[in-house]
Amino acid sequence: MTTKTLKGGMASAALALALCGGASAEPVDDTLILNGEIEMITRAPAPEHLEGRLGPDVISGWLYREDETRDVQRDDFENPASLMLEAAAVAWDTVEGSEGKACASCHESVDSMAGVRPAMPKINATTGELWSMEQYINDCRVNRMGAEAWEWDKDPMKNMTALISSVSRGMPVNVQIDGPAAPYWEQGKEIYYTRYGQLELSCANCHEDNNGNHIRADHLSQGQTNGFPVYRFNTSGLVSIHNRFRGCIRDTRAEPFAVGSPEATALELYVASRGMGLSVESPSVRQ
Amino acid sequence: MAEDVKPRVRVPKTAAAGETIVIKTLINHVMESGQRKDSSGNPIPRQIINRFTCEFNGQMVLDVTLEPAISTNPYFEFEAVVPESGEFKFTWYDDDGSVYETTEAITVG
Repeated sequence: MTTKTLKGGMASAALALALCGGASAEPVDDTLILNGEIEMITRAPAPEHLEGRLGPDVISGWLYREDETRDVQRDDFENPASLMLEAAAVAWDTVEGSEGKACASCHESVDSMAGVRPAMPKINATTGELWSMEQYINDCRVNRMGAEAWEWDKDPMKNMTALISSVSRGMPVNVQIDGPAAPYWEQGKEIYYTRYGQLELSCANCHEDNNGNHIRADHLSQGQTNGFPVYRFNTSGLVSIHNRFRGCIRDTRAEPFAVGSPEATALELYVASRGMGLSVESPSVRQ
Repeated sequence: MAEDVKPRVRVPKTAAAGETIVIKTLINHVMESGQRKDSSGNPIPRQIINRFTCEFNGQMVLDVTLEPAISTNPYFEFEAVVPESGEFKFTWYDDDGSVYETTEAITVG
């Protein structure tokens, strides 16, 4: 009698261990229609340059999140980042700097920025360098408004990148990876597949080899950037792409690339290219 | 008056008599608890919304006392039964004496 009970206990314990060890959850099947109006593409055929390494589809991080998290992004009233968009809309109209201009003075309505976010990061025509949206914003502020540059990860810059990105919601990510962008894309790709840090992890180890699996309590996504800047519950605030790269690389116990560095920008281009076809969701909501 | 505090509400425009509707309200407010210290070590004084009320055609529907544990940008979502057409009035009371208010009309029929 006792032996049978013990055996049963051991078997179920072993079974439980096996289940925990191999816990995997596929992304959900769900449709994102923003504000009941804009249908977002959260699943798209994988771009050719991936050569099938992510499977047939590229998938938005939205589909890897809990039901309640996904719901918050469906309606701008519920999305906590809407308050940041409003703050940026005020800044858009605020005159700043020696030239007496606001963003609106040249760009008029922020709606004129539709199409900007899907192409970022982009080669700057004047310098030939690869620039993130933050660099374009500061270029305008310093060189055309005579205002001070905004810090990459402080509220004014994060709010403004969220606002400029938000008017492209629904539009598919479409970055240039050939021509003058090619060397940056190659550099970003090499960084993506390089193991860093004491833990010797590359971006691919989690986001390509293990998307759908859990790392501790976190449900790994494909690591797409179509939703950035993202409102994260864990910090109750917006997070920029370069800041997230720093977080990931710090988690491998390596020295992360500085925000705005050439490495971070090259990596931003490569990661963006892995999500081509997915809708811009910024500001998205994640855990 | 705390700067740039703006309430916003989501109330359905129409409802059937006796229908239960969902009301969503949000106000951006720092909700400083009074427990935090600044970088020099000085306590940051408390400044919160301490009361939120919802009235319908003059009758109190919801009266909430908020305490410092409630975090930034308090969001309230609740259900209300609407007996007739009328106006919802939402009021937020700030520690510093400011009062923020917004109204939304609803048609029942």
